[in-house]
Amino acid sequence: MLKQLHNKWWKVLCVVLLLYTFGYGLFVPTPNVVLLHETIRNLFFHVPCWFAMLLLMLTSLIYSVMYLRKGRMIYDVVATNMLKVALLFGVLGYITGMLWGSYTWGNLTSWMTSDTKTLGAAIGLLIYFAYFILRGSIDDEEKRARVSAVYSIFAFVLLNVAINVVPRLKDSLHPGSGGNATFTVYDLDSHLRMVFYPAVFAYTTLGLWISSLLIRISILHYKQHHIDIE
Amino acid sequence: MRFWPSVIALLRKDLLLEWRLKYAISGILLYMLCIVFILFLTFSDSVSDPVWVVLFWIVILFTAVNAVAKSFLLEGPARQLYYYTVAGPHAIILAKIIYNMAVMLVLSALAVCFYGITCGFPIVDDTSFMLALLLGATAFASVFSMISAIAGKASNSGTLMAILSFPMLIPVLIILIRITLKAIAANDGAANAQDLLYLTGLNILIIGMALILFPYLWRD
Repeated sequence: MLKQLHNKWWKVLCVVLLLYTFGYGLFVPTPNVVLLHETIRNLFFHVPCWFAMLLLMLTSLIYSVMYLRKGRMIYDVVATNMLKVALLFGVLGYITGMLWGSYTWGNLTSWMTSDTKTLGAAIGLLIYFAYFILRGSIDDEEKRARVSAVYSIFAFVLLNVAINVVPRLKDSLHPGSGGNATFTVYDLDSHLRMVFYPAVFAYTTLGLWISSLLIRISILHYKQHHIDIE
Repeated sequence: MRFWPSVIALLRKDLLLEWRLKYAISGILLYMLCIVFILFLTFSDSVSDPVWVVLFWIVILFTAVNAVAKSFLLEGPARQLYYYTVAGPHAIILAKIIYNMAVMLVLSALAVCFYGITCGFPIVDDTSFMLALLLGATAFASVFSMISAIAGKASNSGTLMAILSFPMLIPVLIILIRITLKAIAANDGAANAQDLLYLTGLNILIIGMALILFPYLWRD
């Protein structure tokens, strides 16, 4: 997989689509829905953050499982660096979500406790911040990789089951639940979709790009000490 | 050694150690008594139901983190190495979970007594509440057992114990609080059936994950 990451074409595509998202995303005609109005444009900047975060977390989980099975250091390097970038996107998603919520749901934080999806995202971020603290407090490399892989799998599985259960108990303020309409209802002329799908692609490839750079830096660190982990 | 005999031997060992080091469990008891007493002083006269429920589960949570934390943290690496030579990883983690579950059940029963006497006992639906207590104690015991095995490998394990396990327990706490609030509102066991089922499923999942993952963790 790392070999394909050296290719150039998808990085060019990523930059072009990001420019398109941040350029055309500000001018595209909006359906002008009551309450949302022009804030609906945040769909292009807020939602793809979560797509990118989830993709990176899932990939990291797969690499953690592979580390426990095969025990090769490279899997651990990939898993951690992907999580670092996933956390970055998670924080960005939170900030853009808070801004959006402050215009549509009231103030910056009043919905934080009442909305189950935000709650789930907050728990997820807490778990992965804790993951990095756990890594920081183990010196031995092999042990650090093993223990953090175990924690990451344990936490991810439990969290996901819990997050998928808890929203069934309470209605969310988010679109598509609790009687709220999804965005497909508003997007009658598919203008939103024309920006949204490219935006998702651009964000996820940007996430992969940043994490591939971090992974290559880590590999260089090992090479400096003449350790081949690939 | 075969599986069940070694689980039973490990359980006996834990019980015997607890009996010989009585100060450990009495320390936890005193800790819980202090929290409840502070709450009692603060509440003075009356307290609203949501506050009663939330503080009750927070008392249980903090008692659990202190009671179960020691399960892997107190045993030094040399002693753990000895256990690993005489028993398999599944037997060790299962024995720890069962033992901690028993400790948590005793502690939460005592917590209900102290808390009920000092701060009032508004629960109407006793069966749901007892089941919630049982399932909650199981969930706390199994998550904290696994996390203390993880935190035991790191250097600042005391802090790690809390930050690694609390985020995972938030969904469990939300369900527990919902059940307890319903148990105060009306004596209707059917209203809580679904939540109790979710908790049972979550418990099975936690213990299953612990059994799958502990073999990767135990050896150094």
